[in-house]
Amino acid sequence: MQRIGVFVCHCGSNIAATVDVKKVVEIIAKEPGVVHAEDYQYMCSEAGQSRIQEAIREKNLTGVVVCSCSPRMHEATFRKAAEKAGLNPYMVEIANIREHCSWIHKDMQEATEKAVILARAAVAKVNLNAPLQPGESRVTKRALIIGGGIAGIQTALDIADAGYEVDIVEKTPSIGGRMSQLDKTFPTLDCSACILTPKMVEAAAHEKINIYTYSEVEKVSGFVGDFNVDIRKKARSVNMDKCTGCGVCQEKCPSKKIPNEFNRGLNNRSAIYTPFAQAIPNVPVIDREHCLKFKTGKCGVCSKVCQAGAIDYDQQDEIVTQKYGAIVVATGFDTIKLDKYDEYAYSQNKDVITSLELERIMNAAGPTKGHLERLSDGKAPKEIVFIQCVGSRCSDDRGKPYCSKICCMYTAKHAMLIRDKYPDTNVTVFYIDVRTPGKNFDEFYRRAVEQYNVNYIKGQVGKVIPQPDGTLLVQGSDLLDNKQIFKKADMVVLATAIEPNPDVRKIATMLTASIDTNNFLTEAHAKLRPVESPTAGIFLSGVCQGPKDIPETVAQAGAAAVKAIGLLAKDKLTTNPCTAKSDELLCNGCSTCANVCPYGAISYEEKQVNDHGIRETRRVAVVNTALCQGCGACTVACPSGAMDLQGFSNRQIIAEVDAICR
Amino acid sequence: MQELIKRAKELLADGTVARVLGWKAGDLAFNPEPAYFETPESLEDFVYDGFCGANLSKYMIEASRLEGKTMVCLKPCDTYSFNQLLKEHRVDREKAYIVGVGCKGKLDIEKIRKMGIKGIRGISGAELAGDAETLTVDTVYGEKTCAYKDAMLERCHVCKGKEHKIYDELIGESKDTKDADRFAEVERIEAMSPEEKFAFWQSELSKCIRCNACRNVCPACSCRKCVFDSNKFDSAQKANVDSFEEKMFHVIRAFHVAGRCTDCGECSRVCPQGIPLHLFNRKFIKDIDEFYGEYQAGEDAESKGPLTSFTFDDVEPGIVAERG
Repeated sequence: MQRIGVFVCHCGSNIAATVDVKKVVEIIAKEPGVVHAEDYQYMCSEAGQSRIQEAIREKNLTGVVVCSCSPRMHEATFRKAAEKAGLNPYMVEIANIREHCSWIHKDMQEATEKAVILARAAVAKVNLNAPLQPGESRVTKRALIIGGGIAGIQTALDIADAGYEVDIVEKTPSIGGRMSQLDKTFPTLDCSACILTPKMVEAAAHEKINIYTYSEVEKVSGFVGDFNVDIRKKARSVNMDKCTGCGVCQEKCPSKKIPNEFNRGLNNRSAIYTPFAQAIPNVPVIDREHCLKFKTGKCGVCSKVCQAGAIDYDQQDEIVTQKYGAIVVATGFDTIKLDKYDEYAYSQNKDVITSLELERIMNAAGPTKGHLERLSDGKAPKEIVFIQCVGSRCSDDRGKPYCSKICCMYTAKHAMLIRDKYPDTNVTVFYIDVRTPGKNFDEFYRRAVEQYNVNYIKGQVGKVIPQPDGTLLVQGSDLLDNKQIFKKADMVVLATAIEPNPDVRKIATMLTASIDTNNFLTEAHAKLRPVESPTAGIFLSGVCQGPKDIPETVAQAGAAAVKAIGLLAKDKLTTNPCTAKSDELLCNGCSTCANVCPYGAISYEEKQVNDHGIRETRRVAVVNTALCQGCGACTVACPSGAMDLQGFSNRQIIAEVDAICR
Repeated sequence: MQELIKRAKELLADGTVARVLGWKAGDLAFNPEPAYFETPESLEDFVYDGFCGANLSKYMIEASRLEGKTMVCLKPCDTYSFNQLLKEHRVDREKAYIVGVGCKGKLDIEKIRKMGIKGIRGISGAELAGDAETLTVDTVYGEKTCAYKDAMLERCHVCKGKEHKIYDELIGESKDTKDADRFAEVERIEAMSPEEKFAFWQSELSKCIRCNACRNVCPACSCRKCVFDSNKFDSAQKANVDSFEEKMFHVIRAFHVAGRCTDCGECSRVCPQGIPLHLFNRKFIKDIDEFYGEYQAGEDAESKGPLTSFTFDDVEPGIVAERG
C-alpha cells in the first residue's frame, strides 16, 4: 500500500469559495492509503510547494495527490517539487477541483461532494502508480514550413536567420500566397507586391532556406524533434536548372483558354504557365490536365521554342524524405464558396464579384490591367455597392459563425481607392458593424467616410436583383433610418468570408494536430500558447490558426519561429515515460495495435517466450518507446488486453472509475 | 462424403498432410463432432452431412503449431473465419491444406424438435448426396418428415454465399440458401424503447449459465488468455458483481469481437440455452456497414478492418454517439 499525501488548494477564493476544502481534507484523510491531508491557500506558491516537500520527507510519502487546478497548469510544478524532495515525479497526480468543479458549480454542497469524488479517484489511481523514468530523444536541427505565403515566408526567414535549416513546402508553382494577389494593403495603402517580393527574394536567396514549390506534404511520421516527412515534388515538366524564365513557352502555348487561378478565374492562362510575373521560382509548370501534349500526344510547341531545352514531358513526381525537428503550419485561407448565397446573384451576374476578385481587377497585372470596369460590358461603374459579412458572423449553417476580421478594413481600402481614382463613382457600403481595432485602423476608416464621402449604411442586404438594363438593384435595409432601401448599382462587391485552406484537414490529420469545428488549427492554450499546437513540435503561423490581417500574421509568424527556434536549440528532449507496453504472454500477435498506432511505434517480433513452463516462439508486439506518444489507442484496440499504458494502465483507470462510482 | 474420404486418404498417403481435420460421427445421428484423423483407417469414422455445422477454422490455431500440414474441411462460410484468423496472424497458411467442402445449408436439431418431432433415433435426407428437400426422421413414435429448409440453422437463411474465399481445392457442390433479411431481427430490437430492449436482453441473457461454449467456439475469441480467465484484469470480477452479471460478459465479448466477427453464427448454434447471441455481433456489423460502408470481416486476409483504419470519410464520433 502506498503512503499518500493529499494537498487541497484554495486557489485564493477560486476553489475555496465554492468547495468546502476543510471538508474535503477531512473526508479524504480516511481513504485507504492516505496518511496525510492538508489544505493551503496557494499550493503552487513557494510556501505551498515546500509544504508538499516537507510532508514527503517527514511522512515518508510514496505518492502525492494535489487537488487544485487543471494538470495543464501546474502538474509540472508539483511534479518538479516532489522530485526535489526525492519522490519520483510520476507518483504525483492532480485532481482538478477548479475547472472541473468549483468553476462550473454554484452549490457548495454539490461542489464539495464532487471535489471529494475527484480526489478519491486520484487517490485510487496513485495507489496503483509506479515510478517511471523518462528517456531522451534527439532533435533534428531543421524546420519544415507548410505553406509559402507571407506567414510561411516570415517564419522561415526568422528561423533561418537564427542559423537553422528550413524547408518551405508550397502547393502552388510559386511562393507568395494570398498576399501576392492583393493590390494595396491597409492602413498605409502601400503596394502589396512592393513589400512582399523583397521577402520572397530574401527567402529564395537565403542559404539556409530551401523552397519546394509545386510540392505537397505526403506523409508525416515520428514526433517532436524527430519528424520524418515525405514531400511529393509534383512533376513540373520543366527542368528547373535549365529554365531561364524567358517566358517564350507561355507566349507560344496554343492552349490558352484555362481559367487563371491567380486572377480568380477572371481571365485565362496558357497550359504552361507561371502564376504571376514576380513568381519565385520564375520557372513555369505544365498543367498536364489541360496541356495538348499530355491530352492528345500532339503539340510539343513549348519544347520546340525553348532555347534552353528545359521542357521535360517525361518528368515524374519525386518523393523527397527529410527529417525535421519542428514543423510550422502556415496553410493560410481561401474565400468561402458562395453557392449557398444565391440572393446576391453572384453566380448569375458577372458584375457581382468578391473582394478578392476586385483586388485582381484593381491590380495593374490583373485581368483589366488595373482599370476599374464591369466584367459584363467593360464599362466603368458609376455606382458600386459593397456588402459586408457575406458568410461571416452567420447564425445558420450557410456561412461561418466567426468574424473574418479583415473585411471591414479592406472594404474601407477599396472604397477609398475607388473614390480617389474615380471621383465620379459613388460608393455605398452595407455593414452590420464596422470593426476597426488596430493601430491606425479607425483613423483609416474615418478617412474613407469623412474625406472620401463613402456612403456607409448600417443594415444588411436582402437581395441583389439583376435588371434588364444590365444594372443591379440592391434591396437592403437602413437600420438607422428604419427603412427599406432599393439602390441601383453597376457593380456589387461581396466581402466574402474567409475559411482555412481546405487542405488543412488532411495536413492536421497527418500531423495529429487538432482542428476546431471551423477547421482552424487549435492552439495549445488560447491565451498563453497561441502559436503552438497541442501536438508537441507543431507550430501555427498565420490564418490557419484564426482570421488575421498582414501585420498580425507577420507578428504571429515571428512568434511561431521563436517557439520553433527554442525547440531546435535543444540537443536532447526528455521523452514522456507514459508509453505503451505489451505483455508478451498475453499478446496474440494479431496486429490490431500496429494498425491503429498513429505513430508507427509498434512492430512485431518472433520472440522466444516462457508461458508458465511452455517455451515457444511467438509473434508478439514490441513498442518503440521513442516513437510512442502514449495516446492509448492500442490499449483500447487490443482484444486480449496485452497492451497497457504506463502511468494510465487499464487497472488505474478502472480503479478511478470504481472510486467515482462508489 | 466418400469423395472427401478418398481424397483425404490420398493426401495422407502421399505425405501432403500429416492429419485431416473434419467431423466424426457422434453418439447420436445428429451430433457429429470435430475430429482429427491421422491414419487412413481412422477415416472410417469420418462424416460430412447436414449436421456438420461446426466451423473448423478455429482448430487451425492449434493445428498451425503441429508438425506438418493439416487438411482442413471448410464450408464456404467457414473460409471467412479462416481468412480473418489469417489476417490476425493466428493461423499459418502454410500449415493448412484447405479443402473447400460443398454446403447446401446446415441443420438445427432444435428446430426439428420444435416442430414436435421427439424421440429421434435417426434422420435420413441429411446426407449431402442428391438434392433431398425432405428429411425423414425415424422416431420412437414412428417415421416423421419435415422440409430440409425448415430445419436449417438461422445463419443459413442469411447465407453469405456459396463461394469459398480461400481454398486449395474444392470438393462438392454448394448452394446459396439465403432467403431472409440479415438485419431484420436487429432492426426489430433497434425499434424498441430502451426499457423494452433492456427487458428483452435481460430475459434472454438471464438464461445464460456461463458455460462459455459461445466463447470457446468463437473463431474471433482466440486470445491466448481470455480477459475473463485472467487475474490480471478486473473484468472477470466485473462480470460477476452485477445482479445481472451475464450481460457484462456478453456485452464485453461482443465489443471484443466487433469488426472481426464474420457472423459465422457459431455462438448461437452452440448455446445450450438458445440465446440469440449472434444478434449482438450483427448489431455491430450493421452499425459498421452504416458508418463506414459495407464491410464483411474475412472477405480477404489482407485489408484493414474499418475499426482499425482511418479514412477522411469516417463518420464523426458525435454521430456514432448520437445513434447509440
